[in-house]
Amino acid sequence: MARMKFLCDAERCIECNGCVTACKQEHDVPWGVNRRRVVTINDGVPGERSMSVACMHCSDAPCMAVCPVDCFYRTTEGVVLHDKDLCIGCGYCFYACPFGAPQFPQTGAFGVRGKMDKCTFCAGGPEPDGSPEEFAKYGRNRLSEGKLPACAEMCSTKALIAGDADVLSNIYRDRVTIRAARGTLGGPPWGWDAAYGTGDKTAAQPPAQQPQPAAPAPKS
Amino acid sequence: MSRLAVVGIALAATFVLAACSERPQVVNYKQGKYAGKPDTPAYQNAPYNGDKAAWERALATRAQAQNEYQRIK
Repeated sequence: MARMKFLCDAERCIECNGCVTACKQEHDVPWGVNRRRVVTINDGVPGERSMSVACMHCSDAPCMAVCPVDCFYRTTEGVVLHDKDLCIGCGYCFYACPFGAPQFPQTGAFGVRGKMDKCTFCAGGPEPDGSPEEFAKYGRNRLSEGKLPACAEMCSTKALIAGDADVLSNIYRDRVTIRAARGTLGGPPWGWDAAYGTGDKTAAQPPAQQPQPAAPAPKS
Repeated sequence: MSRLAVVGIALAATFVLAACSERPQVVNYKQGKYAGKPDTPAYQNAPYNGDKAAWERALATRAQAQNEYQRIK
């Protein structure tokens, strides 16, 4: 197995927020915390694009580098997790993260920040697998049950896919090949380069050919 | 020039030029060592009980369900 990764296909996302709902329901995420969210660029304009955004479990995660108490760790599958018992809620990881993934629950009447909460790739945390303590702090551990993240498995258009990097690459290659045959070739998947780097083998990608929004009709 | 003046100039230069010895201000981020509780691998406990190969097969099978081109062939 290579590494666990997310891939969001902006050509397919229809902004249904099914992934957001699945995540909230699966992990019983408290009000005000969104481990996953859908961002739409040029909303309402022809050619708009939506992306499902959460922790991308980066290869060289900046949150790990800036954490003053070193509460982050990476599993052998490449999932970036953290120990909530150690987190002090300083918010450094939020400023370092290029995806805005770290979330902080409001724990007091004066907006006091609680311990950081983020997507766990449905892999729980440093508590016994499947225990009530793990569920309360980190949510359900689907990975230990042989399942993929709920957001990806719930996605109706399969815009958001998750799993082993080799498998994702094969799935995306199939899609790009079919799109190229149709003449609607898209660009590289959003967030992929920022999270996992371009690598030595990957040449610079040409800019995506997106349909241009039509010019507004002159008012008569 | 008297010896006293030379010593005075040397002392003054020591204090005045002390600011010229600035340290580099570029921060070098280093990942620290994880300080939290240890975690077990995902396949360690039931239902896989340490059978990593079976766990990987289950995930690979599950991942293929995300490829509808594979399913409709």
